[in-house]
Amino acid sequence: MPRVSYTAPATVDDAVKALAGAAGLAKVLSGGTDLLVQLKSGRLKPDLIVDTKRIPGMIGIREEGDYFVIGAATPGVLISAHQPLEHAYPGIVEGVDLIGSQQIQGRCTIAGNLCNASPAADSVPPVIAARARAVVAGPGGRREVPVEEIVTGPGRTSLQKGEFVVEFKIPLPKPRQSDAYLRFIPRTEMDIAVVGCAVNVTLDESGACTDARVVLGAVAPTQVIVAGAAEALRGHKLDEDTLQRLDSAAQAACHPITDKRGTIEYRTKVAGVLARRAAAIAFDRAATRGATIAGAV
Amino acid sequence: MSYLDKSALKVVGTRPVRPDGVEKVIGRANFGADMVMPGMLWGKVLRSPHAHARIRSINTARAAALPGVRAVITADDFPPIASEEAFVGEGPMNFRDLSYNCIARGKVLYDGHAVAAVAATSPAIAEEALDLIAVDYEVLPHVIDVEDAMKADAPVLHDDLFTQGVDPKPTKPSNIAKRIGFNKGDIATGWKEAEVTIERRYTTQPVHQGYIEPHACVVAVGADGQCTIWSSSQGQFMVRAYCAKLLGVDIANIRAMPAEIGGGFGGKTLIYLEPLAMALSRKSGRPVKIVMNREEVFRGTGPAAGSVIEVKLGAKKDGRLVAAELLLKYQAGAFPGSPVGPGCMCAFAMYDIPHVSIVGYDVVSNRPKVAAYRAPGAPNSSFGVESCMDELARQMNIDPLHLREINAAKDGTKAAHGPTWSNIGYLETVQAAQANAHLSHKLGSNQGRGVASGFWFNIGGESSAACHINEDGTATVVEGCPDIGGSRASMAMMAAEVLGIPYERVRPIVADTASVGFSFLTGGSRVTFATGMAVTQAAEKVVVELKKRAAMIWDISPDAVDWKDGKAYPAGPNAGSFEPLSLQEIALKAGRTGGPISAEVTINAQGAGAGWATHICDVEVDSETGRVKILRYTAIQDVGRAIHPSYVEGQIQGGVTQGIGWALNEEYIYDKDGRLENPGFLDYRVPVASDLPMIDAVMLEIPNPRHPFGAKGVGEVPIVPPMAAVANAIFDATGIRMRDLPMSPPKLRAALDAEAPPPRLAAE
Repeated sequence: MPRVSYTAPATVDDAVKALAGAAGLAKVLSGGTDLLVQLKSGRLKPDLIVDTKRIPGMIGIREEGDYFVIGAATPGVLISAHQPLEHAYPGIVEGVDLIGSQQIQGRCTIAGNLCNASPAADSVPPVIAARARAVVAGPGGRREVPVEEIVTGPGRTSLQKGEFVVEFKIPLPKPRQSDAYLRFIPRTEMDIAVVGCAVNVTLDESGACTDARVVLGAVAPTQVIVAGAAEALRGHKLDEDTLQRLDSAAQAACHPITDKRGTIEYRTKVAGVLARRAAAIAFDRAATRGATIAGAV
Repeated sequence: MSYLDKSALKVVGTRPVRPDGVEKVIGRANFGADMVMPGMLWGKVLRSPHAHARIRSINTARAAALPGVRAVITADDFPPIASEEAFVGEGPMNFRDLSYNCIARGKVLYDGHAVAAVAATSPAIAEEALDLIAVDYEVLPHVIDVEDAMKADAPVLHDDLFTQGVDPKPTKPSNIAKRIGFNKGDIATGWKEAEVTIERRYTTQPVHQGYIEPHACVVAVGADGQCTIWSSSQGQFMVRAYCAKLLGVDIANIRAMPAEIGGGFGGKTLIYLEPLAMALSRKSGRPVKIVMNREEVFRGTGPAAGSVIEVKLGAKKDGRLVAAELLLKYQAGAFPGSPVGPGCMCAFAMYDIPHVSIVGYDVVSNRPKVAAYRAPGAPNSSFGVESCMDELARQMNIDPLHLREINAAKDGTKAAHGPTWSNIGYLETVQAAQANAHLSHKLGSNQGRGVASGFWFNIGGESSAACHINEDGTATVVEGCPDIGGSRASMAMMAAEVLGIPYERVRPIVADTASVGFSFLTGGSRVTFATGMAVTQAAEKVVVELKKRAAMIWDISPDAVDWKDGKAYPAGPNAGSFEPLSLQEIALKAGRTGGPISAEVTINAQGAGAGWATHICDVEVDSETGRVKILRYTAIQDVGRAIHPSYVEGQIQGGVTQGIGWALNEEYIYDKDGRLENPGFLDYRVPVASDLPMIDAVMLEIPNPRHPFGAKGVGEVPIVPPMAAVANAIFDATGIRMRDLPMSPPKLRAALDAEAPPPRLAAE
């Protein structure tokens, strides 16, 4: 009979030891909202499951110096309820909020959403757009990497044997910085992104963009930072020309496939549409935010 | 007796709480998967990974040897059955094909076709055993699309299938099972008379019924061969009959117990698991439980047919239709028996057209065998005809509702498929739509409005019911039709009305096959009509008996007793002067006046009233993403008499919701090897609650004189108009005519782009 071992260590070191010492396939369990489905469907047959929720600090959000620090096992409901984070990065909260249903929100985590390595993960684009870093623990100690370096392809990550994500560090936003995340699905909820788009912008006092990061989901094997987006937006207000340039940049960044959820052509067009619409929301939020440092309220 | 006068009714027409409500709300109701028995084994089914393949051999030795495995079965464990047609449920059924569909014999015909099953002491062992069954397949070329399947060089599924209904009889087998036709008047004359003509082609995709409860059963075969089946289905008598046939046992040796049913919509009018569990139980000597998962439901159970619909309409300049032609090609799935017949008959039923010609083809391909789905066949052909009516109206610059009004079938109209209509309420639905406040609501930009109509026969049929008066004056109503949409409440209400006692004092149950007379399954919108008629008659017989008992107590003639408000009264001054006797008082004395008071009625109900509907739909189209939002929806329907109005509204809202899913997003996606790519609710997109506005159900009560309360079936016709109503609304909003379902965002965006190429981007 198939058997699987389960352990719930109380320290990061013990978790690393368990993962590194596993004979066969070892999987990290935080919320389990993807892992358990894969177990049940028989798609995944791990030999060991390491539950990280009992490790102190893995659940919760704190401000440390210039960063928000989000523990890797922090569920969606706690992220949505965290007012300073919600004020600073409404786009991140929008992305997290879109994972699954109300019931799933009680368990799902950004780390799980990231390490499941689906190109369509909703929380990942806004986290990358915020220039967040992931803290990874492993046999060689801790390392910090930009979040966009974790996922290398569908179902694949850069994490080595014995490594797992402990927390995320998200820089406190600058004055007049804000973000937005939009996804397209054929229905209104309970669905998976055909295209997702996060826009994170910083404006000057005149309302012109000084910095921008636009990240697309579900249009390539990994999330894509739109290379031409910053160039399209920087120095500009959100006029029609700027929007069109952003649209083109977003479309140019797409390398989608045709599958049961959408065609190459459709996904590419909608990426441009969402980039424009998310940018409009992010610009508006940044402008109305004014000079207050969002995270400090 | 007749209770057609609505003003005299005390219970019928009110909205009491359903008798099965509490258990369902708190999660305690026993559905198919809830049954457990001591010593029970778990069954699992091995399914074909191929769309079409010859089974060279199946080696079950390793699976059978796995500790914990108690039985392994293949088609060899079932008797071969001769081809025998039966008309059951809502469509034709061939017993040999049913057997072959439950477990593949010689060839697998679709991805998901069952090939073997095991029973083991745990689900995990059963699962592991499936991996140990070695099936040697010779993969054959396959065909999925209906028109590809009709081609001369298409891979043939059944080498003994010769097209019926063509002359001369074909000499070669093909995938075309049947050609049928209906004619009225002379179509050539019709085209000569026509001043305006329009000809269009439409397509629909197969869609699943999408019931929330997957198929599940427990079957126990005793050492003496007596068999008990617990399962969720639309008819315990249907389960009994099919299992008896497929396993070769006497009907009397099977008792089928109806579980609560978590949705069926036609998809549970046949069986999949019960014969397998029965064979496993017979082999192992233990009760066997099998529960499908969602993937199995999508891969292995019947969807509704997909179809091609070619419509040609001819009209006079004033809008009067003079000619109509229809060509239908319906997918049957792996075995013959698509609902192309009803598709042909329903298409023009709403209209009075002098010259009509209809041809339909029933076509097999490498997909799961289709099963009934709400008004089977009608939504497909009606999508074509009702879209084409809209195109004609717009071409002629006639209001689409007015075009329907001037062509509406009325009492006395002869339908193209034969019958002459009486007591029909179609025109009333059109006129009610014209008068509805919905039409005066102003539309904004990117918004549009569409209308469409629909027809469904509704049936009566064999039903049994008993009414027992209990010692305390309460009543038990026993019936044989699974309650799929609130019918127990309706049965109790009709009995309470006849008996003259409060609804709460009547307890309705759905009994097993040994505890009530034969009842045809729940389907064809027949239960409130036919079983309701049996219940009413049983209650009436009880009232006759109650009057007799009162007469005995008073020592007067039974003719001199009146029954009113649950009490016996002397009929007049000549009858004598007595205090009224309540049902409770008579029940208490039943032992002394002749024994228990009860009645059972078995009928074959005739005179079902057809269902007619006209729907109005408003949409908003996001032209950049192609997404359609349903803004407002009004469904107007001739319901005869709404016994329990809330459950009639529920049927209408449910049918519309499923129709909107059919219109917008639902489809089966097959890969190049004929494997289903979206066997789950994530990528098979039924609407979620937040996708829809509140659906406004307008009930027109045009009583059916053939039913004591005037009831007509209501459950099926609501799914007929929505696809065309949505398509017509999308045209109104965008000027784009969507003729191929589903009208999903990628398809609509592509159609919008094809119509008006976007301006070149500034950056280019």
